[in-house]
Amino acid sequence: MSEYLIIGNGTAAVGCIEGIRSRDSESSITVISAEEHHVYSRPLISYYLEGRTDLKRMLYRPEDFYKKNKVKLIFGRAAKLDMKKHTVTLADKQKLSFDKLCLCTGSSPFVPKFEGLETVKKRFTFMTLDDSLALEKALTPESRVLIVGAGLIGLKCAEGIAQRVGSITVCDLADRVLSSILDTDCAAVMQQHLEQHGISFMLGDTAVRFDRNTAFMKSGAEVGFDILVLAVGVRAETALAAQAGCEVNRGVIIDEKMQTSVPDIFAAGDCSEGFDSSTGSRRVLAILPNAYMQGRTAGINMAGGGSSLTDLIPMNSIGFFGLHCATAGAYPDDAEVFEDRTGGIRRLYVKDGRLCGFIVIGDVNRAGIYTSLVREKTFIDEENIDKLKKFPSLAVFLPETRRKKLGGVV
Amino acid sequence: MKRVYVNEEWCLGCHLCEYNCAFANSGLDDMVKALKGKPIFPRVHIEEDSGIHFAVSCRHCKDPLCVKSCIAGAISIEDGVIKIDKEKCVGCLTCVLVCPYGAVAQGPTGAAQKCELCMQNSCGAPACVAGCPNNAIVYEER
Repeated sequence: MSEYLIIGNGTAAVGCIEGIRSRDSESSITVISAEEHHVYSRPLISYYLEGRTDLKRMLYRPEDFYKKNKVKLIFGRAAKLDMKKHTVTLADKQKLSFDKLCLCTGSSPFVPKFEGLETVKKRFTFMTLDDSLALEKALTPESRVLIVGAGLIGLKCAEGIAQRVGSITVCDLADRVLSSILDTDCAAVMQQHLEQHGISFMLGDTAVRFDRNTAFMKSGAEVGFDILVLAVGVRAETALAAQAGCEVNRGVIIDEKMQTSVPDIFAAGDCSEGFDSSTGSRRVLAILPNAYMQGRTAGINMAGGGSSLTDLIPMNSIGFFGLHCATAGAYPDDAEVFEDRTGGIRRLYVKDGRLCGFIVIGDVNRAGIYTSLVREKTFIDEENIDKLKKFPSLAVFLPETRRKKLGGVV
Repeated sequence: MKRVYVNEEWCLGCHLCEYNCAFANSGLDDMVKALKGKPIFPRVHIEEDSGIHFAVSCRHCKDPLCVKSCIAGAISIEDGVIKIDKEKCVGCLTCVLVCPYGAVAQGPTGAAQKCELCMQNSCGAPACVAGCPNNAIVYEER
């Protein structure tokens, strides 16, 4: 019998629990959750504000999840990690021991030190369910909202509240929206679509100072607002790992088994820095599917299994006001770009006969075929690339490969 | 467990499977009322390319990427069958982005949908297989 401890109660933690339980149905599992909620689908906090889900439906796992998996859930904050004694002390002094530990501490909003920020009464970040519930209370049909950050979080927030406020302005120091996933051309298309739905942008510009209900911009402009949402970026929560002596860069460094540099400590999800197989470099891959897969891999290995994850890539499926966008992989400068603009945009980035990344805006159906080509680094000849740019198709595979894919148990 | 498999060399590319699928999942008992003049959202589709045709539907993978990737916890495995909870789905289409077979797609309500082997409708067994004129799609244990 082992004692498993998981710090954090998000997607990676669920993956970890399910990974452990796939091999060990008896040993104790304790989860320490700083948020006082049953595990919920974090990316759904904007859909909640939009009315497309509710508190019940947005539970990430059913209400009996912890009971069924024999998990003890403790609400509290882990404050101290002692690796000599294998114990964690919580902020309320409660002490917990463990044999194997998984850090699933996630990330938290990065808030730059803006001058005068403390004079802004209605200011929010947008990361947790409580953030979303607090923001909801402040919304009125007349509210002028300023969102700092035109990334995934800021724009999903904008979409979520668009029908419930008077106006929304989004500013970002970057010269385009969604700069982490879209190239310049595609970002322009998405920006135009968002503008058609009433969102105003101030790009290449950001707030430098606040005074109550006014933001003073870098460009010299002044923006009046009633509600401020700060969505500049996130930072991996690595303090506990650092305390325990784990190697930490932008996230807690993990290997392909989700093992940190300290024995018996694993890490998974947004707090960790793993390997991006599309670029061959270390990276915090802060997306939900990776959090689950890393958590699951960690759990299996904590329970004595031998699971490795070597093919993680960045990927995003995101839509705004009905326009969808699917992206994956990398867009290196020296890649050749194949593009098709019939009924949307398809941009395939090809290097050395392999699809290394893609962006689809509009009809995203079957985009998973592109994603698998990126993930599996499949060689594609030029004739097939021309076919693929029109539509993702399994027809590009050799008949025997296809027979294997469609004719057997996978 | 029984799954739907395609025999590529037998597929005529007639698309009947798509119509039978859309009808089976329409909840209506009249095919004309269910399909005529409407956009259809079948959960199986024919891929074709210079003389080859084959039907593609959910493989009900043993280690499914869609289940692991769903941001809403809306996809689960029940007795080997992968199911989408339409009430929980918010239509983000992450499942579409990760399915290596292109077998998940957006349905008429915006939620994602895919083949659930006709277990959830009145057919009880895959309608695409029952209606295939050339036995190009089969439902069997492999």
